[in-house]
Amino acid sequence: MLEHYLSLAVKSIFVENILLAYFLGMCSFLAISKKVETSIGLGLAVVFVLSITAPVNWFLHTYLLREGALSWAGLPDLDLSYLNFIVFIATIAAMVQLVEMIMDRFAPALYLSLGIFLPLIAVNCAILGGSLFLVERNYNLAESVVFGFGSGIGFFLAITTMAAIRHRLRYSNVPPALRGLGITMLLTGLLSMTFMAFSGIDL
Amino acid sequence: MGLLSKKSQQVLKDPLMSNNPIAFQVLGICSALAVTVKMDTAIVMTLAVIFVLAMSNTIISAMRNYIPGRVRIIVMLSVIASLVILTDQVLRAYAYDMSKQLSVFVGLIITNCIVLGRAEAFALQNTPGKAFWDGVGNALGYGIILIAVSFFREILGSGTLMGLQIIPDAFYSAGYENMGLMVLSPGAFIILGLIIWVQRLITKVEEEA
Repeated sequence: MLEHYLSLAVKSIFVENILLAYFLGMCSFLAISKKVETSIGLGLAVVFVLSITAPVNWFLHTYLLREGALSWAGLPDLDLSYLNFIVFIATIAAMVQLVEMIMDRFAPALYLSLGIFLPLIAVNCAILGGSLFLVERNYNLAESVVFGFGSGIGFFLAITTMAAIRHRLRYSNVPPALRGLGITMLLTGLLSMTFMAFSGIDL
Repeated sequence: MGLLSKKSQQVLKDPLMSNNPIAFQVLGICSALAVTVKMDTAIVMTLAVIFVLAMSNTIISAMRNYIPGRVRIIVMLSVIASLVILTDQVLRAYAYDMSKQLSVFVGLIITNCIVLGRAEAFALQNTPGKAFWDGVGNALGYGIILIAVSFFREILGSGTLMGLQIIPDAFYSAGYENMGLMVLSPGAFIILGLIIWVQRLITKVEEEA
């Protein structure tokens, strides 16, 4: 049983890295990965929010929106799954706000270091994508917790690695037209290739 | 284009090349790459984005004087999410296979930075007519990159185009093989990197590293 979850964690961190294999969260990845410190901040915020929103959205989907989910309320034929998108995005926005307020109250140092990134996460594709994936793949509660956390760690790893590489890149001689976005995309391609090397691992 | 005023033409044409949303504003790459393994998914995705972006820009611009500044993000998100649900339901009803292939990426149009970005940067300050053309133009600029990436990925990765075989059998019997890398995710990053390189060579825009 434990192996199953371990394997899911490895899969979501490395093999099916949410950023490098599914291209989710690219916008903030490209914009934020210029400095190592800020990328660590954003990475932590994503891990945090993703591990909270994945199980919350799982509950909403299972007990409120899924076909037949409302049978506990005497409405077994109702299928509200078309409301998935709007409910998920509202949940994410609300959770982000909540996390922000709790952090501000109990961990002001962490709150200050995350700064502007926390509100921005509400529109990060990786967060919504994580919730949509767990619906599509029919994960159960424990699986969605592991998947949410694992995907967050995967994002964290990818963005900090990229920031470190871009830091070194400042001393190299890149063709003028390739500077910035172009070279970053090529590097992301190489990074994505190295993460694919994990694909043989199956626990 | 005789129907459009000079200004609208400008608004429509600008994002296609010189101010392309993907290549210059670095917006909306999130969902752009995942649907580019095959050209037909890229085209359907482009159409979906054109619809959502044009409609959301028009609606938000029409409401711009009534939206309180502090809650504008949530208002814009709910407009966009409703339009995306509409698109998703239509796709499921009339093109089920396609909607299965696009999987979660139709839903991810909600968090596509282009849609929210244009609403915030353009629709809130301009009239509905102009906002509509801005939406169409930006969605087309997005679509051009999407279709270009999928063109190379499908031809190099599967030897087909829109599902039709392009590379002749004689090539395969002579030892030619499809490039497996192109079907996988690194292929998308590398092709997009190269496209951006070529485009910046043409438009001569440079950026600090």
